[in-house]
Amino acid sequence: MAELTKSGVAGVLARQGILIAFVIFMVGFAIANQRFIAVDNVFGVIRSSAILGVMALGVTFVVIGGNLDLSVGSMMSFSTIVVLDLHDKLGPALAIPAMFALTLLLGAFIGFLVGYLKLNSLIVTLGMLSAIHGLTLTWSGGKNMDIADKSGTWFGFFGQGSVMGIPMPILMFAGLAAVLGIVLARTPFGRKVYAVGGNGTAATFSGVPRARVVFTTYLLSAFCVATAGLMQASRSMGSQNTVGQGMELEVLAAVILGGASLLGGSGTIFKTVIGVLILGFIQNGLLLVGLEFYVQYVVTWTIIILAVWLDIAAKRGRLWSPIA
Amino acid sequence: MNKETLIKQGGIWVFILVELAFFSIAGEFLSVTDVAFMDYGNMLLLLKQSAPIGIIALGMTIVMINGNIDLSVGATFALAAIVLLDSMTWPFMQALGDWAIPLAWLFALLTGTVLGAINGLIVWKTGVDAFIVTLGAMLGYRGLVFMYNGEQPTSHLNWTLVDFAEAQFLGLHTATWFLLGAALVLWLVMTRTVHGRNAYAIGNNREAAVNAGIRVGPHFLWNFMLIGFLAALSAVVFYSESGSVNPNDGMLYELWAITAVVLGGTKLTGGYGSIISTLGGVIAIQLLRKGLGHIGADTETVNLVIGLILIAVLFLDRQLNRRGKEELKT
Repeated sequence: MAELTKSGVAGVLARQGILIAFVIFMVGFAIANQRFIAVDNVFGVIRSSAILGVMALGVTFVVIGGNLDLSVGSMMSFSTIVVLDLHDKLGPALAIPAMFALTLLLGAFIGFLVGYLKLNSLIVTLGMLSAIHGLTLTWSGGKNMDIADKSGTWFGFFGQGSVMGIPMPILMFAGLAAVLGIVLARTPFGRKVYAVGGNGTAATFSGVPRARVVFTTYLLSAFCVATAGLMQASRSMGSQNTVGQGMELEVLAAVILGGASLLGGSGTIFKTVIGVLILGFIQNGLLLVGLEFYVQYVVTWTIIILAVWLDIAAKRGRLWSPIA
Repeated sequence: MNKETLIKQGGIWVFILVELAFFSIAGEFLSVTDVAFMDYGNMLLLLKQSAPIGIIALGMTIVMINGNIDLSVGATFALAAIVLLDSMTWPFMQALGDWAIPLAWLFALLTGTVLGAINGLIVWKTGVDAFIVTLGAMLGYRGLVFMYNGEQPTSHLNWTLVDFAEAQFLGLHTATWFLLGAALVLWLVMTRTVHGRNAYAIGNNREAAVNAGIRVGPHFLWNFMLIGFLAALSAVVFYSESGSVNPNDGMLYELWAITAVVLGGTKLTGGYGSIISTLGGVIAIQLLRKGLGHIGADTETVNLVIGLILIAVLFLDRQLNRRGKEELKT
């Protein structure tokens, strides 16, 4: 059995493993193909990861609080469809806040069920995945949603525009990551999220309002989803009802890859961003060396399991599990 | 059987009766067709359509009783289906004539079992939570599906196979027989064998099970192999008839299966659940789908209704448990 100590080279390797793997991966691909680290390629990758990334930021709060959110994919479809539909009915200036309000309402509902009624988050959000999908289909009548006059609106700014040469999706992802990173690491609320996820009972006895904290994490998650929906809608100016389908699990994969424990109480925004970027750069790197997009799925599978395995192996001090 | 178990295990069947009554009565006023909802042929078709998700849900039940979960079944389903259809076009298989069919089934079932075994071994040996292992596998196995044949659909129609799949024996379709057969076998396994008893014990209290001398790992492995096998069996049943697989087939099946299992009353935390109740959960969902269509509701509302019912069931179950505990205290 391999013994892994907490200090020393092996310990550092295990604790910062994901960052080290990321660097090795980037260097390897950069040597294999110069184009990989070209500025426009790096921008392209971050830009296409931005929507997934924004959603992952919110889910990080939920996961650190000790819960799961499987509803973000279908919620993103909902906000995309709603904002596109309202755009032609109310105009963009009203459609965007209206969509945010509706999405936050869904988040509040989930937060109420999980936080105040203390229902199991996996099943609640699984149910909401299905229910919100139904809601989206009812809203759109099952049809694709398109903006009628694509050139005569400023709505495309959030997905296609850029400020000082930096594309808007990147700016929004980076800005939101910075703000939420500070909220999580530097504010009393952030500390409460860790406390609730780390040991809910102890947190309750220390006077942390568990229900309200959990409720707020779901509101934050819904806010991020609404932002992602806005970016998606603005980028494509039209959408199918299933645009976010399956993203809930990719988002979760990115969060786990960043090292957040599903049991709650650990993880950071910075690590989640690394997790998102790893997924994005793997996809891009494999495409650049001429492999099909689906090869990344197999690579992601391997990386997720290795990352989590090494993480828990370092914590328990031995490589193989003690399960008989 | 005490009062509480009766309420819990009977609940799903009462729900099914309510559904039948509601859709029959509402159908009289709202239905666009003259066919009654409880028409014999309609009910037989309902059972047949329950089979693909149903067979997977049976496997999900035993994995969840054991305290684990499997999110990779949809991808396993698709890969087994591709192996089933593609293997029949291999040159040596074509030389066998219709004897290629049982061999193709064997290959498909073997594929599912091996994929399940990979999950089981990883959960056992690394100690990584089954949720994460199978979440990764969901992506990984889907990748394998795409690598097999790119983004092209895989098709092969064998008429002997189609005839078999469309046959009816004693009124029931082939798929229904597979669903009932699998349910019977698994019910026996879970209630009459040491493996079944140990699976409950591990899910209920893993530490106590270890202290009692039960080896946890092999039971995990067996159950993951079983669910892999069942996902493949589901593919065998379904694609024998349809004869064409898209690489995206089976997506979100894991979520449907989990929904059916939870409706049937199986606990997510493990240690409690029943195969027969899961069968009830599967039928309840299918009834809802068909029923809403029957009374002319948009098919879109099905998702909405099922999602809300799932949450309501969770809430009721919690209230029921709480009351049970309070009664014990006094």
